[in-house]
Amino acid sequence: MCAMRPEPGHEPGAGPEPGDNGPGNLDRLDHPIVGHPGASQQDWKAVLTPEEIRRALSRIAHEILERTHGGEGIVLLGIPTRGVYLARRLSARIGEFEGAPAPVGSLDVTMHRDDLRLRPARALQRTEVPAAGVDGKTVVLVDDVLFSGRTVRAALDALNDLGRPRSVQLAVLVDRGHRELPIRADYVGKNLPTAHREAVRVLLAEIDGEDSVLLGERAA
Amino acid sequence: MNRHLISAADLSRDDAVLILDTAAELASVAGRPIKKLPTLRGRTVVNLFYEDSTRTRTSFEAAAKRLSADVINFSAKGSSVAKGESLKDTALTLEAMGSDAIVIRHPASGAPRRLADWVSGRVINAGDGTHEHPTQALLDAFTMRQRLGGADQRGKGLDGIRVTIVGDVLHSRVARSNVLLLDTLGAEVTVVAPPTLMPYAVETWPCKAGYDLDAELRKTDVVMMLRVQQERMSAAFFPTVREYRRRYGLDTGRMALLPEHAIVMHPGPMNRGVEIAAEVADSPRSTIVAQVTNGVTVRMAVLYLMLGGAGEEIA
Repeated sequence: MCAMRPEPGHEPGAGPEPGDNGPGNLDRLDHPIVGHPGASQQDWKAVLTPEEIRRALSRIAHEILERTHGGEGIVLLGIPTRGVYLARRLSARIGEFEGAPAPVGSLDVTMHRDDLRLRPARALQRTEVPAAGVDGKTVVLVDDVLFSGRTVRAALDALNDLGRPRSVQLAVLVDRGHRELPIRADYVGKNLPTAHREAVRVLLAEIDGEDSVLLGERAA
Repeated sequence: MNRHLISAADLSRDDAVLILDTAAELASVAGRPIKKLPTLRGRTVVNLFYEDSTRTRTSFEAAAKRLSADVINFSAKGSSVAKGESLKDTALTLEAMGSDAIVIRHPASGAPRRLADWVSGRVINAGDGTHEHPTQALLDAFTMRQRLGGADQRGKGLDGIRVTIVGDVLHSRVARSNVLLLDTLGAEVTVVAPPTLMPYAVETWPCKAGYDLDAELRKTDVVMMLRVQQERMSAAFFPTVREYRRRYGLDTGRMALLPEHAIVMHPGPMNRGVEIAAEVADSPRSTIVAQVTNGVTVRMAVLYLMLGGAGEEIA
């Protein structure tokens, strides 16, 4: 699993740790990532500003409407944690454009992951499917970062247990490459060429207090 | 989480809340068209039962199967145990067949603890003598949180919930595990029993003890009726069943003393007409059926958290 999805209860923005920053780094103390005990001392570069995130989501919302002929029969399912907030934002954006927000839910993929045995068992996140279900619908999976593709594979398996959608599409805020499976996104906020050793972090106002996409070195 | 689940005291508050939260998420699986998750594919769970049991064994079996584990059911009847094979030899035999976890029920208190020393897999206590039955306590706590808590219970315990456990506390492993777990989760527990069925050192338990059921009923959120365990009673603990029922049985009259929101629980199997009247068992306040449903979910959560992640080879 990639390093860009912080674990639940281990979110950035937990506040700076006293003594974690050396002298001369005082300006970093307020930074939600650098002050986090799990993050290494390094420079994180913002690659998407809040404005750019907002515009990217608006464009994706328009593209979804275009590709699905006005959003007929779509269900947005966010992959926890940050995919859920992105899905809600897309749904609200679609509501602004078309008058009615798209049905939105969340899909936890933990039980379907292929790397469960590489780490201790982790807490489950919520799966919430709109009351109308997914049968015959166009499901748009929403996630923050597309990397190896393994999370999306797990999501396809999890979705399979919930019903039989007419089609499944994928929307991501950032596609950073390095796919390990034959999976591609239908809607991409930003294609971000990265090195394998780099890490991408998406911060969202709902849980991190601000909108930002950061690029930095992966903790060793 | 510890390697094994032998006693409810093995669980910290965080462990217990994690199990309840995991169970809450897994509860939705029961409502899906495909009631199965692939998580424990390739793992083997052995149900090693030296005592009769319907609900606990089938509950563990259903839980393991919903997580795609392979299940081997082993009951002492009709096995080599009848020929005199010891617990240790039986356990080693089963482990040699490749079991990852052993769910054990045994009439001797402490048998799961001994077993844990002999095998390399995980051991889950499904009831040992008059000692403990931790998964029952977990499913009871889950049921209480579900029925008495608000909408979003994630991360919460049972703080301030008043629970009265009534009946044969002396022989009850359910009572012992519940007292320990409910105390960990912040509930206030009172045990009520005839003096002959009150455990000797009950004052060392993290709960209050009393003999007057009617007084306790007026100020409790949960009343848990225990089964009168005839099979464990070697002496006369009360004069007649009628007298027991009159003083410690829950009938409709007594149920009326309960506060409006209070629920009635029973771990099963029930002796209808002894510790609980049929009308009470079938009333909307009774959670007896929900407890069985929740039993599968909670055991799924326990199996997932114990077997779903990395094994010893990595952790």
